[in-house]
Amino acid sequence: MGEHDFRGPAIEADDLVRSYRSRSGWLKPKTNVIEALKGVSFTVERGELFGLLGPNGAGKTTTIKILNTLLLPTGGTARVFGHDVTKDPTEVRRRIGYVFGGDKGLYDRLTALDNLLYFAELYGVDPAEQRTRIHELLELVGLSGRERERVEGYSRGMRQRLHIARGLLHKPDVLFLDEPSIGVDPVAARALRVTVAGLSAQGVTILLTTHYMAEADELCDRIAVIADGRIQTMDTPEALKASVAADTVIEVEVAEATDDHVSALRALPGVLWAGAEKGEGRTSVLTVRAKPGGDLYSAVLGVLGDLHIIRVSGREPSLEDAYVAIVGNGSGQVRA
Amino acid sequence: MRWRWLVRVVHRGVRAQFLTMSRARLLIVFNVLTPVVYATIAMYLYGADQPGKLLQVSVGAGLMGVWTSVLFGSGGAVQNKRWAGLLEPLISTPAPFWVILFSISLATSIVGMYAMIATVFWGAVFFGMPLAFPSPVLFLTATGVCVLSMGMMGMLLASTFVFMRNANALANTLDHPIWLLSGMLVPIATLPGWMQPLTWVLPTTWGAAAVHNSLDGGPVLWPMLGAIVLGAVYLTLALLALRRVEQLARRQATLALA
Repeated sequence: MGEHDFRGPAIEADDLVRSYRSRSGWLKPKTNVIEALKGVSFTVERGELFGLLGPNGAGKTTTIKILNTLLLPTGGTARVFGHDVTKDPTEVRRRIGYVFGGDKGLYDRLTALDNLLYFAELYGVDPAEQRTRIHELLELVGLSGRERERVEGYSRGMRQRLHIARGLLHKPDVLFLDEPSIGVDPVAARALRVTVAGLSAQGVTILLTTHYMAEADELCDRIAVIADGRIQTMDTPEALKASVAADTVIEVEVAEATDDHVSALRALPGVLWAGAEKGEGRTSVLTVRAKPGGDLYSAVLGVLGDLHIIRVSGREPSLEDAYVAIVGNGSGQVRA
Repeated sequence: MRWRWLVRVVHRGVRAQFLTMSRARLLIVFNVLTPVVYATIAMYLYGADQPGKLLQVSVGAGLMGVWTSVLFGSGGAVQNKRWAGLLEPLISTPAPFWVILFSISLATSIVGMYAMIATVFWGAVFFGMPLAFPSPVLFLTATGVCVLSMGMMGMLLASTFVFMRNANALANTLDHPIWLLSGMLVPIATLPGWMQPLTWVLPTTWGAAAVHNSLDGGPVLWPMLGAIVLGAVYLTLALLALRRVEQLARRQATLALA
């Protein structure tokens, strides 16, 4: 996919800083500064599928927008295939594809074919090859036969697939995927993962941000966890999971747990993290991760003695456990 | 060849914008009704006392409709693209952004031509206005130049809308003043003296003069040349502004809504 003369990494981010300024008030205007990135550095090798994980507001999208030339950093430098994103944006844009999640970003009143034809022209795809390329991509993302329908009638999954087709029109060296599976149903999300894995196998360098740990675990060669504007850790999914492999994790499904129950679990000796998610109906699924040793089951059941317990099970620590351990999300609130 | 690519981008861009506008029901209603309303008001205001001036009045109202269409079309297109999350994907392509904006301005100018046709048609059918064009070719040429010069003004405005999240507010304030300052309906000679220099730097003033003169036998070529030259100046200013505006938008993070 081009760029044979360049031997360096596909993406280099060096001490990236980005702050946002906003003003409020008329008589006494006040300037608010939010430091979104506080010195982010990483490199992505050619052909690598690199994941950027982090909570909302951690700086994932800001990082991607700097790398794809939509934002200027307030400090630090970034290069894509050796081209500086600040000084040489056009050369960077020739080499990148940008796909983001959600309903937006398409000409809704045009057909998928018209959308792709316009963007093929904007990306400088040879006119003689445009229709062939578009049909290849429609086949790849499973939209063949639907290309003459207006996008406004597309489902979210179809729009997402059209986004991907658009991002690949010019055979980019680097593909930025910013939460591509957000709001997509499980079947469409699985199809998306298969497509992304296929592109990676073809040698496309991919930078993926996602909230779905299973997706990152399945796809990524390496993962950087970003929180509070800084890279907290960077390693392979296996190495990240290994960091919590010795811990004991149990899940308890109960009827209507409260925040007090979660707090009590967190106060138990040896417990590293405890959290709750809504289960089916009015149930809650409590997850407790603790240091090895000790009778965790008895201690947990003792705390939850007043609740109707539906299920208790142990499991291997997952990437999500490692992620939670890294970002320190120990709020203990029952999450909807 | 780079210029061939740019021509193809403009062609596809005009098509995309034109199709988008032609499929927006609210916009169609707005574009269909506005010139007709302007024409009716103008006919009742000026036509009754000066039946010989009906065509002048109708064409003036048509120019007002064209400007409204171009102003809200160009400005609105940038804002709509921001709302639709399209500004970022468009800017992240290697195509120069001025070509994208030029396509939008050209498409809105073409759509704006409808306002002129509708106004003249309305006057002829409902007010018995004689379609006595001294030279239809000269009139059409002058109108084309005038509309294109409006498109270039629209492009300069649209370039500033790229880094303004509330661009619509600015567009709203520019609708009526440009009618007045360009002499579309009321001769600029009736404006206060201190306003006259302002009118000279607007390509729409020269374009509107060319259109009006094509109807009453006045000079057409010089005003047309003035509109072309000033339109080119506005286009150049838009290109220069866009270099700065894109950097500014990337610095201030205004390409997306939030």
